[in-house]
Amino acid sequence: MTVLTKPWIWSCVAAAVAYALILGLTSGRGAGELAYAALSFGAFAAIVGLGQMLVITLGPGNVDLSVPATMTLAATLALKAMGTDPGTAMLGLVIALFVGFGVGIANYALIYFLRLPPIIATLAASLVYQSLAIWSNRGLRIKPPSGLADFATGRFLGLPNVAWVGLFLAIVVWVVLERSVWGRWLLATGQNMRAARLAGVPVELVRALTYISVAVFSALTGYLLASFSGGAALNMGAEYLLMSIAVVVVGGSSIAGGNSNVPGVWGAALFMFLVVSMLNSYGAGAGVRNVLTGTIIIGIVIAASTRRVRA
Amino acid sequence: MSFLARHRIILPVVSLAVLLAATFYMQPRAMSYFGLNLLFNLAVPIALATIAQMMIIMVNDIDLSLGAFVSLVACVTATFLHDTPMLGLLILMALILAYAALGALIHTLDLPAIVVTLGMSFVWGGLALFILPSPGGASPDWLRSLMTVKPPFAPMAVVASIIIAVVTHLLIMRSGIGTVLRGVGGNARSVERAGWSVIRLKALAYGLAGLFGVLAGMALVGLTTAADANIALRYTLLSIAGVILGGGEFIGGKVSPTGAVIGALTLTLAASFLSFMRLSPDWQIGAQGAILILVLTARLIFRQKGAEA
Repeated sequence: MTVLTKPWIWSCVAAAVAYALILGLTSGRGAGELAYAALSFGAFAAIVGLGQMLVITLGPGNVDLSVPATMTLAATLALKAMGTDPGTAMLGLVIALFVGFGVGIANYALIYFLRLPPIIATLAASLVYQSLAIWSNRGLRIKPPSGLADFATGRFLGLPNVAWVGLFLAIVVWVVLERSVWGRWLLATGQNMRAARLAGVPVELVRALTYISVAVFSALTGYLLASFSGGAALNMGAEYLLMSIAVVVVGGSSIAGGNSNVPGVWGAALFMFLVVSMLNSYGAGAGVRNVLTGTIIIGIVIAASTRRVRA
Repeated sequence: MSFLARHRIILPVVSLAVLLAATFYMQPRAMSYFGLNLLFNLAVPIALATIAQMMIIMVNDIDLSLGAFVSLVACVTATFLHDTPMLGLLILMALILAYAALGALIHTLDLPAIVVTLGMSFVWGGLALFILPSPGGASPDWLRSLMTVKPPFAPMAVVASIIIAVVTHLLIMRSGIGTVLRGVGGNARSVERAGWSVIRLKALAYGLAGLFGVLAGMALVGLTTAADANIALRYTLLSIAGVILGGGEFIGGKVSPTGAVIGALTLTLAASFLSFMRLSPDWQIGAQGAILILVLTARLIFRQKGAEA
């Protein structure tokens, strides 16, 4: 009973079912390749999902809509700085993380000083970031240095390198949330901000660091994704806005905040990739695929809610 | 309570007036029937979509699927409503009912609206892609002539905006049912204790959102004469921004239909204004974001004035 009551188990079960259904169609062929692809693409969704999860944990109304713009801006500036020169991977990484840090500070400044609702603040700011990205690269597609591209598409011990990065970050986030004071502060803030403040939690500092974390996670994803796919594109982050929110919710974190689920994010990220592959391998067109994806997301949310009512 | 805090509508009105004055200063020729029509041409569907979003925000939810929904309606309008009007009308009515059912479902199972509508955005988008895999279709003639009609004194977009504002103001702010609907956002429990069925009220609010979403999609096709599955995706964010610009709040049922329409006009005008400024296209989107931030910053003045009193 203990395992079944964990909210994250459902996204992992769903991912496993989708995986089994695809293999059922191909009668077991391509199992390794499929798992490898799911881990590669799932890693990007998982990393942005982890960041979005932290923000959503802050409580109702907290969500970062600037994720796609941050990814694009960080990737664009990093690739421009590297200019395909070998040995500049670290420089690019530092620039990407720095962009993420700056974006996080800017987002939080809008939320705190101008008292804007986070949804509106990150939305308006993302338009500015998008413009910055357009202005800085003018549609040019700069290739990543070959060493970095090899790293992003390469593997280590049979798993994709990007998946290792995603797993490492998941463990870090999990430890921070479950074992550190800051994590407890974050959960307390998400459960009841007023109570947390009265209990002496530096609520505003916690919120600031959370908004910086999500931006840094987005920037890192942008950097890795651009290296993985051979360059930054202006629309590279587009699908990750809905994706980042979807993996958090499908993963079993409470959208009302104060409760987060690290393993669920990974399970959901794999599931979201696998369900699209499944529908593809069953020959569904783009329209049918979207309808079914949406239906499945809602189905999972409904399943999670009826379980909650019973418990 | 200070004067400013009580009359929240002043902020959107002043923002629009300032932006309009700046536009006329940059381009005096815009100060004409034809110029105004060009400036606000695309405002009608955005205003309708903003009203739709307002209905959802009014009951403390948020709709992330509105852009996809308006796109779907546009696709239905440009295909079924054009070719087989009866079938098209039935589909559009079914879509409104689907929205109402969604509201009831969200309330009954206590689901997070943000996630359900997120899922629905895939569903609507998928259906739109299914109906119209590549851009195309045609606007029904009556819709085209309705959207390009030239009323005396003021251009169509301005007249339509005023009509939308007046009708929704009467419906939401003046009528009994409108007050109860806002009450659901303010305190659902007390509305329930007073003998109302909150599930029906939520269904009604979502149904109204569906209705205005349908009108937005139809108005859009009337203007563009064709549709594609992604035609209105940006409406999701535009409509949320419009509601907030118009003085609405995310919680508490504090919304203003007139403000929402003015917010939508301001957002439309911001885009026109920037093209008059001969700003490099790279910065157009960013400047729109900056204007949004600037106007919202003005809300601070209202808040603090309210707090001091």
